[in-house]
Amino acid sequence: MRNKKERHDKPDTKPDNAAAGSRRRFLKQGAALVTGAAAAGLAQRVAAQGLAGQPWERVYGAAFTRYGQPSRFEQPVMRHIRLRYGDLAPGSGVALAPIESLEGIITPSSLHNIRSHSGTPDIDPKQHQLLLHGLVARPLTFSMESLWRYPMTTRTVFLECSGNSGSALAPEPMQVPAGVIHGNIACSEWTGVPLRMLLEEAGLQPQAKWLLAEGADSAHMSRSIPIEKALDDAMIALFQNGERLRPEQGYPVRLLLPGWEGNTSVKWLRRLKATEGPTHTKDETSKYTDPLPDGRALQFTFEMGVKSVITRPSSTMTLPRPGFYEISGIAWSGAGRIRRVEVSADGGATWVDAALTGQERAKCLVRFRLPWEWTGQAAVLQSRATDEKGQVQPVRKAWLAQYSPAMSYHNNSIVSWAVGADGSVKNVYV
Amino acid sequence: MFTSKQIHIVGIVVIAAAALAACAVQSPAGKPPALGTAVSAEEVARWDISIPPSGAGLPKGSGSARQGLKVYEEKCQYCHGVKGAGKPADALAGGIGSLATAKPVRTVGSYWPYATTLFDYTRRAMPITNPLSLTDDEVYAVTAYVLFLNGIVGEDTQMNAQSLPLVKMPNRDGFISDWPVRPR
Repeated sequence: MRNKKERHDKPDTKPDNAAAGSRRRFLKQGAALVTGAAAAGLAQRVAAQGLAGQPWERVYGAAFTRYGQPSRFEQPVMRHIRLRYGDLAPGSGVALAPIESLEGIITPSSLHNIRSHSGTPDIDPKQHQLLLHGLVARPLTFSMESLWRYPMTTRTVFLECSGNSGSALAPEPMQVPAGVIHGNIACSEWTGVPLRMLLEEAGLQPQAKWLLAEGADSAHMSRSIPIEKALDDAMIALFQNGERLRPEQGYPVRLLLPGWEGNTSVKWLRRLKATEGPTHTKDETSKYTDPLPDGRALQFTFEMGVKSVITRPSSTMTLPRPGFYEISGIAWSGAGRIRRVEVSADGGATWVDAALTGQERAKCLVRFRLPWEWTGQAAVLQSRATDEKGQVQPVRKAWLAQYSPAMSYHNNSIVSWAVGADGSVKNVYV
Repeated sequence: MFTSKQIHIVGIVVIAAAALAACAVQSPAGKPPALGTAVSAEEVARWDISIPPSGAGLPKGSGSARQGLKVYEEKCQYCHGVKGAGKPADALAGGIGSLATAKPVRTVGSYWPYATTLFDYTRRAMPITNPLSLTDDEVYAVTAYVLFLNGIVGEDTQMNAQSLPLVKMPNRDGFISDWPVRPR
């Protein structure tokens, strides 16, 4: 459909020539020519009268574009890419959301965090199939065409990699933008088919207690999912923020498990196998397990803990002068709704409740805000979230005490930003 | 009580309503559209690459560490280092007994609970630039080699569908399942 349209208005697909193209079309139209001449005359008169006006107020604007892009002045707002094995595997690692530059609740699809194990596959939806088999009465395959015909649900939820904030466990606090440390989180509106519906169609057998979910990337990334979650709020997601999934987010189909570690929301979903027990895949044994001080490790810690981070002001920013600032940040909990976010400017000695936006939604980002008058004195900014289950974001020391030094997942401890008397904002461990 | 005439009228109304419903928007509660396509066991077998600890689904074939060394040197060593020492990719050998210390070293030998996972992952994802390229014999052999590097099997021990699930990994009992969620 898109190809057909492109043939019709070809000039629009060349952004560099868009202005020239629109000017040509403008001049070809007699009536428009008159209007254009009149407008040009008006602009000249305004200029002649000495009225204020920026250069862009005096020229006809750019033509329409088929797929919008941010202003060229917003170019620096980009994901932070951190590769695991360097150029050896440029699609293995993370692309972190620049949370320090974002506001509100929804993360633009183009800036959504990415964790991929073997790059982004280029999947043709006409060739891709989802197989549902194992302990079911009827093994079935689903084409994308058929999945798009099922009744759908829409839900706005966060996705956080369980390795998010692992960089906050570095021996010394990293002086980098907040997103580099805490940006493995994003929030989108997702639309798709309830997984329960497909499981009922296949006829889940009573002894089926787990589902193996497997991707069609070249890692065939796979995780075992308890059947309780599959039958609860799991979604076969097809759309993100109104459009079909982005390739980096699992196009054409991904599993979406609200509130659970991002890795379990398997992208590029090719297979679901109902099993009696977990398969103990590489990504639920050697990775995504939580080592304890005694050498043992927790396995299948699916739910993401209650957490918050101040995004503005945050690490590497500078407050130009004393005065009013709005403290703004994001909070979330894999257990449900956020009930409360408190903010401290004195390293946790005293706390004030922040105003919340979006707290009516479970397993979704909440935006918190609090007006703050900075007097020019040194300050340590912190935020502390509480969820509807009464779980409170832990202080760093208490969180660290639970685990082995090898632990790198599920760091939901309180984040501290130190504001210096010079207005510089630094990452500190409190 | 309805009279027979009333029942007749009700009947006509019901028929009319049914006729209307055929072209009206309906909400067929609890009736999914059932658009899945039946698939044969043979087709499923071609897709099913996951190997659980029981070894169910392991293919025919076999290999030993002695045979695996050649595969490893050709296809794995570039990323995983000589004798699985690691860098740039994960270390595969060593660290046994280090998990409870201040400097835990987690490798296949010291951390992974099941040898079947090593076969499964090698077959599905390795080598990273050319996955699904190894033969089943090669996957068994290189699995045996990594186990041998960790002192878990002998150099000539054949790994196959029968022997691999019987391998007891050093950290087999090192995991605590957090599902169902434990109280904290």
